[in-house]
Order: sequence, then C-alpha cells, then structure tokens
Amino acid sequence: MNPIETPQTYQEYVNQKSPNSPILKNCFNAFWVGGLICSIGQIIFEFCQYQGLDQTSASTVVSIVLIGITAILTGINIFNRIGKFAGAGTFVPITGFANSIVSPAIEYKSEGYVMGVGAKMFTVAGPVLVFGISASVLIGMITCLLI
Amino acid sequence: MIREAVNGVLNKSNLASTEIDFLFAGDLLNQCISSSFGLRDLKIPYFGIFGACSTFIEGMSLGSIFLDGNAANHVICATSSHFCSAEKQFRFPLELGNQRPQSAQWTVTGAGAAILSRTGNGPYVTYTTPGRIMDLDIKDANNMGAAMAPAAFDTLMTHFEDTGRTPSDYDAIFTGDLGYVGKDILQDLAKTKGFQIQSNYEDCGVLIFDQQKQDTHSGGSGCACIATVFSSFIYPKLMNHELKRVLLIGTGALMNSTSTQQSESIPGIAHAVSVEIL
Repeated sequence: MNPIETPQTYQEYVNQKSPNSPILKNCFNAFWVGGLICSIGQIIFEFCQYQGLDQTSASTVVSIVLIGITAILTGINIFNRIGKFAGAGTFVPITGFANSIVSPAIEYKSEGYVMGVGAKMFTVAGPVLVFGISASVLIGMITCLLI
Repeated sequence: MIREAVNGVLNKSNLASTEIDFLFAGDLLNQCISSSFGLRDLKIPYFGIFGACSTFIEGMSLGSIFLDGNAANHVICATSSHFCSAEKQFRFPLELGNQRPQSAQWTVTGAGAAILSRTGNGPYVTYTTPGRIMDLDIKDANNMGAAMAPAAFDTLMTHFEDTGRTPSDYDAIFTGDLGYVGKDILQDLAKTKGFQIQSNYEDCGVLIFDQQKQDTHSGGSGCACIATVFSSFIYPKLMNHELKRVLLIGTGALMNSTSTQQSESIPGIAHAVSVEIL
C-alpha cells in the first residue's frame, strides 16, 4: 500500500511511525517532583505559622518564596532542566507560572524594556491569566447568585 | 557565524571576494537577516534565497545553473542556523521548562559555505533536480521529518526518472534533515516504487548528533544541518576519493510560527544536486 495516496492514509501512517513519549516515566517524575515542590511549600507554611504568622500571611509567604526560587533558578539556566525532567510536576504548581513569565522576559530583553520585557513577558502566561481570571469572575457570579 | 564561514571558504580557495560574481545565501530568521546582516560588508552581489532547511542545496542548484549559463565564473552558496534563535522564533523561550515530543528535532547551530567555479578539478555538480512543493496535511510542527519526507521522495523519484539512474549508481545519498522519523518514512516510500535505499543512504540530521548522549530526540534540523555535514564531512570524503558520486537532497519545511498557530499544514520542499569527482 502506498501511504501517500491521501492525506488521511499518510496521517495514520505517520502516527504509527512516530515514537511516543515515555508516558509512564513522565507521569512518575511529574508525580514525585510535583509532590516534592508542594511539600517544600508546606514546610515553609508550617514554619511561618510556627513563627506566629496567620494563615493568609503564611500562604502569601509560601507563594513569594516559591516564585522567588523559580525566578532565580530560571535565570541561572537550571529550572528548564528540572522542567524537562519533571514536565507537569513543575508546570502545574506556582513554579510553572513563575517560569513562564520569567523566561520570555529574559528572552525578549534584547527588544527593549517596554516592547520587549514589558509586552512579551506574558506571551506564555497570558492565556492562563485571561481565562483564569474570566473563570474566577464567572464562578464568583454563580456563587453570588446561588448562595 | 555565516561571515566566518564565507571568509573561511574564501581563504581556503585563495580567491579574493572581488573575484566572486554572486553570492546565494539564506537562513531561517525573519526576512533572512542572518545572511544579509552577516554578509553586508563583503560587497559581493547578493541573492537572498529562502528554501527553509533546503537553502544550501537551493543555492548550489541556482549557482551551478548560473555557471552553466556562462553568467558567472565563481559563486558562493552559504547558509546558517542557530538553535537559540530558531527556538525563540518558532517555539518557546529557551528558559521555559517544557518537554519536547520524541519526534521533535534539534536545530543545528552552525554555518556552511561553498564556492562553485566554472573551471577546476572538481568535485563537479553534475545534475540539479529542483523540488516541487508537497503538502500532505501534516500540521504537527514537532514532526518536521514527516512533513518533509514526501517532498524528498518526490524529488528523489523525479531525479531517478530524469537521469535514468538508480540508488546503486550512487556511493551515498544524503538527505538534509529528515531526522530518524523522516528517514524511516522516506525508506518506506522508496520501497513502494521498488527502490531500495538502505545501506548507501544517510540523513545529515541523523549523522550530526549523538541521539542518546545529546538527547536530540529525532535528530538535527536547520539550514546548517546539510551545509555543515557536506562542508566538513562529505566534501573531504569526495576529495580523498572515498566517495565518488553522491546525491545531496536538501529538505525544507516551508512554514512559519504564525501559519502553525493558524492551524495551517506544513508544505515540504526538497532540492537535489548530484556531486561527483572523476
């Protein structure tokens, strides 16, 4: 059979030929690295409460510390290696969000501080903000009406 | 980098830049700026060309046609690509911690240049087969090998039909940057027409990286892939007669980042030249 007869047959043939990502390995790495990041967050949280901060302030400190660590690791070319290894494990927690803002800021600095860093900082994280905020507004309205 | 490559080939050939009639160059960056910015000080009449990763072979085809038509005595064909600038333009920022699919390829950082002359002792460009644009509706920008393989196949078949040659007439056949996935597909496609391209066929994207140690997934890609492999690996083998007749097929994916976002498919192109030493 000639696989390039139609685009459909070729697509099926290509899917067969292309190697799949190692899903089990990726899931396992994502699971333990993601868990580790969350545990670090929890340790910071407990420590802050132990030092006498209330729950809201302690949560804020956790976010600030994790974002700070991610930004520094992104800047010194380490976070992308962790991300390549752990995938969603680093991308789903707040670390992924910080990385997705810091990395374009570094990349586009050559285009100036206003149109480069300022405008392109959100090229990756922009959609998360738009749809995340829209969803929270929507759910807020539903909650307000029902409760 | 491209200026280094062109100055390097000028030094090796003992030709002055004023003796070069035309310069054919191109690259992957928007409006081919690496070539025009890198080569602006050379003051050689310049044709900027774009054939994506097939640019080097496209330049060699055009250059040899210029020589054959007595329009020039010496021409330079040059190209370059860079991993970081290609990632920035086509994919994500470098520091973004993401995972690449197994079919994705790694852009070669390098530059290559060749001088073609009307007279000399060879190696000679004996045939050129310009490619047709082939599009089989592959939309995955992380699977360029699959998008370009049908174009490489079409050009290969046209070349054999045109010249009456068969794969066994060549000591080696090289494709530009099909990678592991595309190489496998091309071998399969050739079989459907009864051509066996196995032992004497290699892909420059497969040759240039160590897949395991360098973790480059489906191999190398980019304009510099075939340009560097030809200039530094194949050409010396021709000069010491280890290879006498080779077919070079430059393969390119004619897309940009906007066309991918707009869910357009990826058209492929492949140009071939046969290079021989007597």
